[in-house]
Amino acid sequence: MKVFEPMQASISISAEPQQRYVLRLADTCLILAQRLGEWCGHAPALEEDIAMTNIALDLIGQSRLLYTLAGKMNKPNEYSEDQLAFLRDEHDYLNFTLVELPNGIRKGLTNNFAFSILRVFVMASFLKPLWQRLQNSNNADLAAVAGKALKESRYHQQHAGDWVVRLGDGTDESKQRMQDALNQLWPYTTEMLSNDAVDDAAHDAGLGPRFGDVKTECLADVNAVLNAATLQTPKATAFVSTGKTGRHSEHMGLLLTDMQYLQRSFPGGVW
Amino acid sequence: MNIKNDSTTGNKHAGDVPKELNEWPLWEVFVRSKAGLDHKHCGSLHAADATMAIQLARDVYTRRQEGVSIWVVPSTSITASDPAQKDNYFDPMADKVYRHPSFYELPAAVDHM
Repeated sequence: MKVFEPMQASISISAEPQQRYVLRLADTCLILAQRLGEWCGHAPALEEDIAMTNIALDLIGQSRLLYTLAGKMNKPNEYSEDQLAFLRDEHDYLNFTLVELPNGIRKGLTNNFAFSILRVFVMASFLKPLWQRLQNSNNADLAAVAGKALKESRYHQQHAGDWVVRLGDGTDESKQRMQDALNQLWPYTTEMLSNDAVDDAAHDAGLGPRFGDVKTECLADVNAVLNAATLQTPKATAFVSTGKTGRHSEHMGLLLTDMQYLQRSFPGGVW
Repeated sequence: MNIKNDSTTGNKHAGDVPKELNEWPLWEVFVRSKAGLDHKHCGSLHAADATMAIQLARDVYTRRQEGVSIWVVPSTSITASDPAQKDNYFDPMADKVYRHPSFYELPAAVDHM
């Protein structure tokens, strides 16, 4: 097994499209997990606190496997999962902007449970059909990750989707809060369900589907739950976020300082 | 529901709601560790309804591969014996060793019963 020297300095990644495709997925899982982890000790109920951190740990597990894969794809030198997770600068993270948004973007609320749980549901509804197709990837490692992750995303979708229905079809106040969260979140889904050159390269190489290829399945699941929750799907806007190309919102830098602090201060530190 | 806004903290809370509506009911959780074994009581949790109770039981009590099946039962559905009656109920059994099937000679072939 390859041994990586502890490092403190930033690394940069090769611009190879297939590696970027894997990193988009890995970063999206990791950054969503980081945001979910912020709920640890703060969720509305003890049981839900454990449920949310369980989901975060599933996502970290998925990102670890994907980082190991992406690290092997890097040229000229390989990287470890930890180096990729903790030593890149902001523009080399390729997650969707949606997952880096703070848990509470509602004014006056630092922790907006409606927004966080809705985001888990929407992301699981995207990842589930993606994992399904990635099981047929010509990269055996990626296909294996997908097989494991699929079961996890199915549960995340069920658990978070139940909450969307409970709150959407709940009291006047819970409905309003969930609708507000949906209105804030919705414009960021365009990035997730559209294609670019990286998708085409992955598709042509047989690595995986274009992200936009799962749009129909993803939206069918999302709309079914939004209907059950008596929520109104917001109208499409011209806004398209750009996180997956490395151009992030103002929230990403702060998230990374929090997430990278320990590894940068104690290079190679382990439990 | 009549939700009041607490002006001191800015937090919403259900001030006028009766306690039984304000707090999730309690559920008892039973987990089967593997196929063929029985479900064993492993604890309790709060949940709004049975569906949520099953999901939360999965997250709280089976995180370390403790189970392959879960039952949840509303705690209010369980009638328990009275702890004050413990002596009357259970002490009379203490001197009846003959109720244990340990007075039989077993053939060697079934010696592992």
